[in-house]
Amino acid sequence: MIEGKRTMNGGPLEGIRVTEFTSAWAGPYATALLAMLGAEVIKVESRKRPDYSRTISFTSGSQFSGLDASWVYDCLNLNKKCVTLNLSKPRAVDLAKRLVSASDVVAENMRPGVIERLGLGYEALRECKRDVIYLSSSACGQTGPEREYSGYAPAFAAMGGASFITGYEDWPPSTFLGDIDLRSATTAAFAILAALVHRKKSGEGQYIDLASRETIAVMVGDVLLDYTMNGKVQTRRGNREETMAPHNNYRCRGDDRWIGIAVATEDEWLALCRVMGKPELAADGRFSDRDRRIANQEALDRIISDWTVHHDSNVLSAMLQKEGVAAAPCMNSEDLFKDPHLKAREVYQTVEHPVIGKDWVVAPPWRLSETPAAITRHAPLLGEHNDLVFHEMLGMSREEIQALEQEEVIF
Amino acid sequence: MNDQALSGVKILEYCSTVTGAYTAKIMADMGAEVIKVEPPGKGDDARRHPPFAGDIPHPEKSTLFLFLNSNKLGVTLDVRKDEGREIFRKLAGDADILVEDGPVGQMEETGLGYDVLKEWNPGLIMISITPYGRSGPYRDYKAYQLNLANTGGQAYLQPQPSVNLDRPPVKPGGHLTDYDSALMAAVAIVAAYYRKTMTGRGQFIEISKQEAILNMQRVDTLMFANAGGVLNRSGKLNPIPGGGVLPAKDGHVIISAPEDHQWDALMKFMGDPDWSKEDWCRDRFVRAENAAEQKKLISQWMTQYPKERIFHEGQAGKVPVASVSTPEDLADSEQLQVRGFWSEMDHPVVGKIKFPASPYRFSKTPWQMQRPAPMLGEHNEAIYNHRLGYDRAGLARLREEGII
Repeated sequence: MIEGKRTMNGGPLEGIRVTEFTSAWAGPYATALLAMLGAEVIKVESRKRPDYSRTISFTSGSQFSGLDASWVYDCLNLNKKCVTLNLSKPRAVDLAKRLVSASDVVAENMRPGVIERLGLGYEALRECKRDVIYLSSSACGQTGPEREYSGYAPAFAAMGGASFITGYEDWPPSTFLGDIDLRSATTAAFAILAALVHRKKSGEGQYIDLASRETIAVMVGDVLLDYTMNGKVQTRRGNREETMAPHNNYRCRGDDRWIGIAVATEDEWLALCRVMGKPELAADGRFSDRDRRIANQEALDRIISDWTVHHDSNVLSAMLQKEGVAAAPCMNSEDLFKDPHLKAREVYQTVEHPVIGKDWVVAPPWRLSETPAAITRHAPLLGEHNDLVFHEMLGMSREEIQALEQEEVIF
Repeated sequence: MNDQALSGVKILEYCSTVTGAYTAKIMADMGAEVIKVEPPGKGDDARRHPPFAGDIPHPEKSTLFLFLNSNKLGVTLDVRKDEGREIFRKLAGDADILVEDGPVGQMEETGLGYDVLKEWNPGLIMISITPYGRSGPYRDYKAYQLNLANTGGQAYLQPQPSVNLDRPPVKPGGHLTDYDSALMAAVAIVAAYYRKTMTGRGQFIEISKQEAILNMQRVDTLMFANAGGVLNRSGKLNPIPGGGVLPAKDGHVIISAPEDHQWDALMKFMGDPDWSKEDWCRDRFVRAENAAEQKKLISQWMTQYPKERIFHEGQAGKVPVASVSTPEDLADSEQLQVRGFWSEMDHPVVGKIKFPASPYRFSKTPWQMQRPAPMLGEHNEAIYNHRLGYDRAGLARLREEGII
């Protein structure tokens, strides 16, 4: 039985060890969340098959100058350790098993069937670690006629029902970017945590089969119920909302600047009329209650746009908020990065990365009073922790490690 | 009934937004006992949210309410009244977790802040979910889903792609934005609960919806700071290789084929058109420069065929193509059927419903529909009489005094 030293960083998951075989976004971010909560995450990669996000930014298509130069990989793999094992070699598979026998959780996101063929499927790893919690994340799941279907975030959004309901009614459906993957990842982290609670109570581990497409489909669950209960197919409707009007993004002064204004109550409506300097609107029969405002929202939207277009979105938001109206500028990545509120809350932080230098990352989204989540280090360089894991943790001699490097087992 | 992953975990939900309710729902669906506290008389806002079963407004028939509150117990309680507040403290005294999503400071003003409650129950994990967190210049700002889609970085990028930037950015459809922060909140809660199983101690958790959403946009948002360039919804900075959203004969498909072998599979699927052999398609980097022109040609081909045919035949040929599913498509999907994505719910007022279950299959502790969303005050007797020891007369009095 290998114990090995455990990282202590004070998070709630201190003492939990995760071994992962994941790549791209959905898999790596799931375990990054656990790592920010204090788990020790050891990522298994190899020079033969480095994580995709080390080589290319899916968002921009741009290539990174080397395997340790990706800021995308950095922000999705914070706090982790990395070892390189060439899993096409049986001895590398044996080493991976030793690692798993000293771990609590395994996560993988290869195409269904691949990890079993490598000899690292759930049944095989349960032999090394009786109570292991093993999560497989895939596009459509491990079972069913579509189990081998592949795709990226835009595909999960489409197959999960999010695309069809996002956008304008008179336009094609919208695609989504990588955020769809991170929804799948967050769902995966939740599932692993629930399984850890069960293990604590019962002593038993288990297998979790997670389908990215389904993680999105449950997030349109209320829309699905309208179909199963009423036979209604909800579609795109811009920013329209059946319980609120006005409820839209309105053009402001400047290039592509907008303000979102959402009014749910009569008080908010009256306050909006006041700030607009148009008290007569409150008395206008077309807008005298919510239902009429909804029925006449096109006219209402024009009136509001004619007003907002002369103003700065930030100034207007502050004015409206002061009067109790839910308003907010539509923020792009530059606005967010420079936002005084996010600055005051230290949401954007830097890590010192040996290759990239100063790299900006986003802080964990939770503040826990007793066991804070934290970013403790940059994402690992490829194979950065080979010595730490194989020598110090698993007790292998440096000679043995060197020999395995030469044979491209540790590679 | 099998044991469930979170069986034995006791949660008190005191929430008025979709986010708080969904946070507790996903834990209830994993077996946690959730007692949902609603204001007497009118109940949760979601009860009045359309659409309704059969399109008839009714407090037990909102599809949103039914979705958000599966597997929960429901009581009514007015915590602004002294005895109501005492009852709340007793409920919190017996809970592992309290989820609340009121404005900053509301719990403290009601005498139900963490400092008070932890005196009664040092093991309590309390989470406060607010739009912008409990500190910083926007802490008291009001925000609905649209506002948070704006300040979390989502709306600026939708619709994607947009060929007309004069049209306003939109929020993601449905309640996706609300559920994003709920998912993040649930991760922190279960982590803190896991910790509690070892130390017995609780803690206070703060989560800002804006930051939760921003965390899911982390790569897009960091592009500005780390690589320069501001992504927008035009798709020009980030063309999807293979075309992205494309029209099919009866709907749409989405293709993203960044790898060379995927592009090759797509071209083979389309019968190796002559243009694909020309120099402007030779590798992924050259193709990226000519994405708009390829999209036109690929679109022309796709419009000839139904989306499901493109989806299944394309995938059989290793093309990363997806059909843009409507709610009807999802309800009819053989894949989802075979995997048990749907469960059946039997509700006393609306009857049997085909209900979306879970995105994960646990080998030992599967998702279960134990009970449908509670009717207003349905579990008052079970909780107040059987747990807190009120007798029948006491319960009648609480009701008369408008406390429950």
